[in-house]
Amino acid sequence: MKKKELIFIAVILLLAVLLWGGMQITKNRSSATIRITVDGKEYGIYSLNKDQTIHIGDTNVCEIKNGLATMTDASCPDHLCMYQGSIGEKGGLIVCLPNKVVIEGVKAVSSDQASDGVDTVS
Amino acid sequence: MVKKTAYLGLFSAIAIIFGYVESLLPIFIGIPGIKLGLANLAILFLLERYSFREAAMVSVIRILVIGFLFGNMFSIIYSLSGAALSLACMTFMKAKTDFSPIGISVVGGVTHNIGQLLAAMLIVKNGSLIYYAPALLIFGVITGVLIGLLTTEILRRLPSKYTSDATKKGITNDH
Repeated sequence: MKKKELIFIAVILLLAVLLWGGMQITKNRSSATIRITVDGKEYGIYSLNKDQTIHIGDTNVCEIKNGLATMTDASCPDHLCMYQGSIGEKGGLIVCLPNKVVIEGVKAVSSDQASDGVDTVS
Repeated sequence: MVKKTAYLGLFSAIAIIFGYVESLLPIFIGIPGIKLGLANLAILFLLERYSFREAAMVSVIRILVIGFLFGNMFSIIYSLSGAALSLACMTFMKAKTDFSPIGISVVGGVTHNIGQLLAAMLIVKNGSLIYYAPALLIFGVITGVLIGLLTTEILRRLPSKYTSDATKKGITNDH
């Protein structure tokens, strides 16, 4: 490998680290709630403090247990979203591409809105 | 034309088999879209040995066959967007720089991941997918280096006299 290529690789890795660092800084310190988005539209905001099972449309099922949100069921064939781990206090992201469902950890919008876990579908 | 046509067929078959083998491997670390990119071995070889045209042809054939056999409309869209950006960037870098196949492969691996990420962001209409970008960049570099090393070996062990049709004077010609 030439020196130029090594520099090129180093720049990409540095970019990745910077991006990651930037996201760590801007990330909300504690994500006490999760936001579920379907096809770009907000489906609902749910508290992580309350154990519950959320049926997202009739395609996906998200379960919140012990402060962790996990995708427990999906209608898509590959079930990738179910293997993406869970969202806890540290935030995170679960994406189901075929059903266009995104679950992300967010900072509590306001304590009263998030605490009861009532869905905000209008 | 005979040798080249035969080799293009052979590499299409190899690329399709690689795609199938990869679909059997479990995804690791829970990030969608992380793959070894074995198929890029064939595409990179064709780009280095022949030109953009041959690589693009085999790439499109591979994606359509794999997509219809094992995937769905979404996987075809993701694959196409990744492959298109990747091949365009690899061709550009090959023409404008003196990068070795390893460097070109890294360009391909990273831009393939970026292309797929952009397609995913457009499809789910959610910008927070950028969360995956650092991991995808790093894995693009790692898989790119691995595939680049393999391609360098294959280019060395498969001399162009076997893959290209010789002219009457015995001089190999890539076109």
